[in-house]
Formats: sequence, structure tokens, C-alpha cells
Amino acid sequence: MHAGETLPSRDDVMGWLAEVPDPEIPVVSVVDLGIVRDVAFDDDTLVVTITPTYSGCPATSVIAFEVEAAIRARGIDKLRLENKLSPPWSTDWIGPEAREKLRRYGIAPPIDGTAADGKRVARLLGEGNARVECPRCGSAHTAEVSRFGSTPCKAAWRCNDCLEPFDYFKCI
Amino acid sequence: MSALCEFALRMGDNTLILGHRVSEWCGHAPVLEEDIALANTALDLIGQTQMWLGLAGEAEGEGRTADDLAYKRDAWDFRNLLLVERPNGDFGQTLMRQFLFDAWHHPMLTWLAENSKDQRVAEIAEKAVREAAYHLERSSDLVIRLGDGTDESHRRMQDALAYHWTYTGEMFEADAIDRELADAGIAPDPAAMKPGWDALIGEVLAEATLSVPENDFAHKGGRRGQHTEHLGHILAAMQFLPRAYPDARW
Repeated sequence: MHAGETLPSRDDVMGWLAEVPDPEIPVVSVVDLGIVRDVAFDDDTLVVTITPTYSGCPATSVIAFEVEAAIRARGIDKLRLENKLSPPWSTDWIGPEAREKLRRYGIAPPIDGTAADGKRVARLLGEGNARVECPRCGSAHTAEVSRFGSTPCKAAWRCNDCLEPFDYFKCI
Repeated sequence: MSALCEFALRMGDNTLILGHRVSEWCGHAPVLEEDIALANTALDLIGQTQMWLGLAGEAEGEGRTADDLAYKRDAWDFRNLLLVERPNGDFGQTLMRQFLFDAWHHPMLTWLAENSKDQRVAEIAEKAVREAAYHLERSSDLVIRLGDGTDESHRRMQDALAYHWTYTGEMFEADAIDRELADAGIAPDPAAMKPGWDALIGEVLAEATLSVPENDFAHKGGRRGQHTEHLGHILAAMQFLPRAYPDARW
């Protein structure tokens, strides 16, 4: 920013970032996914706080790069990115609209309250098992193929009715 | 070196070496889904390593980054459990090693997330424990399926258990550093994790129709930097690029 110019508002900046797509799932933005945690000014420096999804997600560094590029493109030079671990990122932060976007894109959205908690026996007995609807045909007659899918945040499922394989955005 | 720095190295070296070992499966697993699951597990572990080794460098206060610690230490400076440097062997041996580790790792992270008096330790654990829960559920599930599977898969899993068993006792030994950490409320007394581990292992192995070995001998030394011959070979592969091309950048 140049001296004398008004600083953009928090909403302005969030609006810009709402246009930055997630590099792995471009149909949702980094704001939709809850990766951008806060936007604030420290004197005249814009501080954007982001949080990693899975700790080893390779998209994390690309996201930081794209957030920075999107803000610089608006003429802001004084910028700092901060990484915040706590509270840890959760799929609970993905809003209803973003979940609908995921579904239309062919990814079954997360089902809240079904995150792994290490209590294996209860899960194997069927308690807490997610009933995931096929994002293509809507059938609930589906099965988990593997709890680990094409990216760290997804599991591999298949539909037993339309027979299509699909990704499920697993709950964390 | 402070006890906090040692602790972060122990946690981070476990996830680094196991993450590297598991990543060796990429492109070699028996089925595509398991190949992907192994690669994802490795990714989680390497991601957790960045947090732990980042904290270790910070606690050390000499300006070393997580990368410096991963790539520029020799075997005797590594603090991982001997279990995680064990060779991959067959798929069953890899899964059994993962299960024996996960059954310690998940409760350990749970304790740290809920109780650690060091805020950075608690925050890292709170992040990592959610991933470790998926690892534990997957490895228990597969140990049961393979143990209670065909005659051959059962035999291989029982052999795998015997192969790794004497490397599990090290998880529960305590030295002066552990006592300092426990007194400060940063980490639990390692021995306090044993009853929960025994119970979980017993429950899963019973369901897997596998018998718990009776041998209580324990190989030790990894947490003090005394390693098996396998670690040097891992480091030779893992550290080659940054040592040969120190200025290399992505």
C-alpha cells in the first residue's frame, strides 16, 4: 500500500481469498474449506492466518503460495502469512454450501461426528460407521473400499447401485 | 540439550523413520488401495515430523530447521525406537510393525494433547492424534483380517509378531530425560503407557486369532542413539540428495 491509501477491510480480503481455489479440489475455495482462519492488520502489514488440513498434505505449501499471490495481485505488498496449528483443522468447518459444491463435483461430503477416534472395537461392531450417500445417484447402498483415498483428506468408496467408485471427504 | 528438545527429537525421529520406511512401499503394495493407504500414512507421518523436528530446532535454539535435523544428522544423533527402523519385510510384517507402533502412538498423542503442560507439545499432539486414530483403526483392522484369514496369512502374521516383538519393550523404558519430562508434566512416564498398550494389543490379537509372544526380552538403545545396522542404510537413501547437492531447491 502507498501512504495515504485506505487499507482494505477484513471482508474485502476474505472476499479475495474466497476466489482462491483449493489446488486439489478446485471447486471449493480455501475459505470454503476453513483453511483461512483469520485476516487482520498488524499496523499496516496484512496478516493472514492459515491452518494446514492434514499435517502432511502436499497442497499446504501451494495454498500458502496462492494466498500470497492473490493478495499481492491486489497491490498489497506488506503481507505476512502465519501458520496456526490450534485448534486443529476440522471438516466441521466446511460450510453447507461448500458441501453441496463437493457433492456436485462427485465427492461425498464429510458426515460430522464420524471421525476416527481409535476406538476400533465399537467401529467394527458397526457403531459410528458412516452411511455415505453416492454423490452420483444418491443411493445409500455404498461401501468403503479403503479409508485412504486419492488425497490425505479422502477415503475411497464405491456405490453398489450405480457401481461407480467415488471419493468420500472423510471426517476429521 | 534440553529435555524438551530430546523429547521432540524422539517423537519426530519416530515419525520420520517410520514415514520413510512406509514410503518405500510406494508402487510396490499388493493392491492399489493399499499402495495409496501406505503412501497416505507415510505422508501423515512426515507431516508430523515437520512439526516435531521444527519444535526440536526451536527448543535447541541454534537455528536448525526441521530439514537440517532430518538431513544433516548421522545415525547416532537419531532418537527413534528401533522398531520403526526394522525392514519392511512382507506386507504382513509392515502392517504388524505399524500396528505395534500405532497402539503406542495414538494413546501417547492422546495423553499429550490432553495433559502436556507445554503448549506447543499439546498443540502438535492435538493435530497429530486425529491422523494417528485413522492409522490405528486401519492397522488393527488389517491385523485382524490377515490374522484371522487364510492359513498362510495367519502364519505370516504370527511370524511377523515374533519378528517384531522384542523391539516393543523399548517403548516403555524410562531414562533420566523421561523422568525430567514426567516431573515437568510435559510427557507421561513411558511405563504408564504399558497397561493400555497391553490391553489393546491383547484385544486385537485375540480377535486376529494370534497368540501374544511370551518372550519379554527387549532390544533397547534407539532413544539414546544406539541403532541397528538398518538405520544407516535408511539415512543413506533419505539423505543422499541434500548431502550431495546441498544447495538443491524444489
